[in-house]
Amino acid sequence: MMISGVTKRISAIKFAQLSPDEIRKMSATKIITADTYDDDGFPIDMGLMDPHLGVIEPGLRCKTCGKKVDECPGHFGHIDLAMPVIHVGYVKEIKKLLQSTCRSCGKLLLTGEQAAEYLKQRDRMEELGGDTLDTATVHKEAAKDAASRTTCPHCTTVQLKITLDKPTTFREEGHKLTPKEVRERLERIPNEDMIALGMDPNVSRPEWMILTALPVPPVTVRPSITLESGDRSEDDVTHKLVDVLRINQRLRENRDAGAPQLIVEDLWELLQYHVTTYFDNQTSGIPPARHRSGRPLKTLVQRLKGKEGRFRSNLSGKRVNFSARTVISPDPMLSINEVGVPEAAARELTVPIRVTEKNLAVAREMASRGPAPPGPIYKAGVNYVIRSDGRRIKITDKNAATVSEGVEAGYIVERHLMDGDIVLFNRQPSLHRMSIMAHEVRVMPHRTFRFNLCVCPPYNADFDGDEMNLHVLQSEEARAEAKVLMRVQEHILSPRFGGPVIGGIHDHITGAFLLTHEDSKFTREETLRIMEKIPLLDMPKAGTKVDGVDYWGGKQLFSLILPKDLHMTFKSSICQRCDECKKEACEHDSFVVIRGGELIAGTIDEKAIGAFKGRILDKLSRDYGPDTARLFIDRSTKMAIGAIMVRGFTTGIDDEDIPDQAKREIDDAMTQARMKVEEHVSAYRRGELEQMPGRSLEETLEVEIMKVLGKARDTAGQIAGRHLGMENSAVIMARCGARGSMLNLSQMAGAIGQQAVRGERLSRGYWNRTLPHFKKGDLGSEARGFIKNSYKSGLTPTEYFFHSMGGREGLVDTAVRTSRSGYMQRRLINALEDLKVMQDGSVRNTAGTIIQLEYGEDGIDPTRSVQGEAVDVDDIILSVLGDKGELIAKVREKGVVSYGIQDRDLLETPEEPEAEEEPEFDASGGEEG
Amino acid sequence: MPEHHLLSEKEAEKILKDLKLTKDQLPKIRISDPCIRALDAISGPVEEGMVVKIVRRSRTSGVSTSYRLVVRG
Ligand SMILES: [Mg+2]
Ligand SMILES: [Zn+2]
Ligand SMILES: [Zn+2]
Ligand SMILES: [Zn+2]
Repeated sequence: MMISGVTKRISAIKFAQLSPDEIRKMSATKIITADTYDDDGFPIDMGLMDPHLGVIEPGLRCKTCGKKVDECPGHFGHIDLAMPVIHVGYVKEIKKLLQSTCRSCGKLLLTGEQAAEYLKQRDRMEELGGDTLDTATVHKEAAKDAASRTTCPHCTTVQLKITLDKPTTFREEGHKLTPKEVRERLERIPNEDMIALGMDPNVSRPEWMILTALPVPPVTVRPSITLESGDRSEDDVTHKLVDVLRINQRLRENRDAGAPQLIVEDLWELLQYHVTTYFDNQTSGIPPARHRSGRPLKTLVQRLKGKEGRFRSNLSGKRVNFSARTVISPDPMLSINEVGVPEAAARELTVPIRVTEKNLAVAREMASRGPAPPGPIYKAGVNYVIRSDGRRIKITDKNAATVSEGVEAGYIVERHLMDGDIVLFNRQPSLHRMSIMAHEVRVMPHRTFRFNLCVCPPYNADFDGDEMNLHVLQSEEARAEAKVLMRVQEHILSPRFGGPVIGGIHDHITGAFLLTHEDSKFTREETLRIMEKIPLLDMPKAGTKVDGVDYWGGKQLFSLILPKDLHMTFKSSICQRCDECKKEACEHDSFVVIRGGELIAGTIDEKAIGAFKGRILDKLSRDYGPDTARLFIDRSTKMAIGAIMVRGFTTGIDDEDIPDQAKREIDDAMTQARMKVEEHVSAYRRGELEQMPGRSLEETLEVEIMKVLGKARDTAGQIAGRHLGMENSAVIMARCGARGSMLNLSQMAGAIGQQAVRGERLSRGYWNRTLPHFKKGDLGSEARGFIKNSYKSGLTPTEYFFHSMGGREGLVDTAVRTSRSGYMQRRLINALEDLKVMQDGSVRNTAGTIIQLEYGEDGIDPTRSVQGEAVDVDDIILSVLGDKGELIAKVREKGVVSYGIQDRDLLETPEEPEAEEEPEFDASGGEEG
Repeated sequence: MPEHHLLSEKEAEKILKDLKLTKDQLPKIRISDPCIRALDAISGPVEEGMVVKIVRRSRTSGVSTSYRLVVRG
């Protein structure tokens, strides 16, 4: 029993080897027979299932300790090996020891002074804060130094070269050393010489690395399972031990009967093989031992190693209670802080309530509702009541009334989830801290988890079948901590780039655009529809009156949800980057001016409310706090969705329609480009092509051709673009940043353009050509992967083939990238997981050594930074000087500022590597059917 | 290459006192490190256990100073 309230700190852990004596001493029984059960199904004494090794069958008692199934921890047995064998796990150490000690007297091949010098170096290292890894390098050097001596400084014996034949055979100048000989040599090494080699003679002797006795693990770690048919199926480890025992037996018989040396040696090697694979069945250089079915056996090392091994899957990570997993779906009516939980899940997940005098009545009433309270409105019931003595009572509809009456102070009542409960919500892969955030529960009908769309970006979630996990917190402390540190609203700003990660996407942005672009206005009915879902907003006075009808302006409506003292000036996503910005008078309405919480000019789009780029979100959460920012996001979601629903919005393939005239123009442009390429090619063939500096003639030609074809695609895009105006839904989405890009559109309506593999035109496939449809050595545009068609007009068969070649590269890239970045992330986490920022601002590890004297060298929390900067000087100038400050801010923007701000451009566009460009199916596959 | 300065025993002691650190808590740098070998030629001799001051330009703070303990290896 653990004594509660007493905490102890482990100061050190020392590892040592088991000596053969210890193995025999701790053994409950010696194992001599390879048979496990007799004909009646009883375990055979001194067999691998000997009842002294522990119990696995309920009802029986252990023959060693007398306890029952879950009480007996199991007991080790042992096998006495007929001949010694090498332990694979120690071959490296054995080799080191053999090489650095004398073959005749066994002493270390260093003089006393030399050994002492190494020890002194090690002590110095320890003094200067070196860890075991550092000291190990000193010992390694000592061993290397000793191994390089050719004669023994003590007895002057000439040393022979020792080599290791993987995995377990040692040779001395070609002559094979048996494990027995190796053991004899190791026995000769004196205790005091081991210290310089980094071994502690008080706990281990080197000869113990050669096994003479093998511990047999308790049956509890290798239980046999009985199949329905009544047959018994043994654990892989038991199978392997049977092999060891069988060969051990035969080896002993043959040796004792004086069989020929050759036969004994063969059996000895076979025993070595079985013992080796018993430890590690993936030892390189030998075939893995297999099950009868051909499946390789899972032996000791395989149980521990890798992702499915004991460490990563049972010790670092565990399965937990009070959790749920289901498909996710969107709900714009929820706050970003909320999560919709299906009733069915809410009735399984419980929160423990400690009953006191104060909440006794509430607790009793809740318990009386039973595990499934009826009624159209969801009410939390109770699944279990835990009495003061720790007994757990399951509540059923029948006993609810009586049990609830018995509830007293000191009981614990496990009630169902209720609205407002704090839970953790998570989507894998959990790559950053925003992958697990705290939400408030909203119990809802149906079977999915639901949340606000603005929270999709931090989880990287979409609704094509994604599932997410939910964990219910069980203590008041955990709930308080989660609410303060992990609530969604506390994570609007990302620590990665100091900007918002939570914000509008897709329709949310389109809706805001439609609401605020130019002088959009809405009738009374429309206005009410837009505003009805937003509580606590009063209907404002109509903005304009046309022909006696009242109209409300979109900008006016949007201003309702802005704080009354907000001042901002920025350019929106739709800005065309005109040569000279006309500011408020911009003909595209792309210059946003907010004064005193009124949107005076400009369009609200991705730059204002989008995730990653939303300037308003950034400003609100930084200057007004997370509460204001959350409120704004919640209201803007509803308002934008309201606006898009009033206006109506759709897109389809006809958004890419262009007039026949334009199609002909594109065709002409393509023909011209093709001819131009041919000109270049013939110039090259005639030898008239002018070579570019630093490039070969072939490279010059490629560059010229790529230039022509690149321009051709742009031209096609421009021609198509002339017919794709702001009245086009697809264009609206691309320009306001909701979805898609103008490049996507020009590939759909204009031309797809050149396909490339490794940044070059396609060239591989057949000998000197890409496909047999072309002449050998054809360098023309069609033969090398140029697609003159658009996605809409459709591809020719050869174009389709080239497009697949280009697409394949993308697929391979993603597959390689995800697996590699996953591995890198794992290694980074392992290296950094125990670092923390101390009170003095330094970053240290658990040993207290300095990693950074000042966190991030400037002591700034990137989450509180302004796009990575400690202070946003422009913003301060503007807020002090008002519009007059703009001139100064302008000068700074031009960029003669300090080091650090130079990289501002990099920070300003914290673009995710366009997740959508990636194919929706990845190599790991599996998900979403 | 960031600037490396060799600190005298006295300077090192003062800095460690100011930072409330012991030598073993400092980050390490090997005596075989090219920077230390160069430092050894310029303002040497550099020995194990000495402290070097490293001043580097920092993206976040402009200039940052750190200290490293010279160790064997
Ligand atoms: Mg998905
Ligand atoms: Zn027992
Ligand atoms: Zn000797
Ligand atoms: Zn403009």
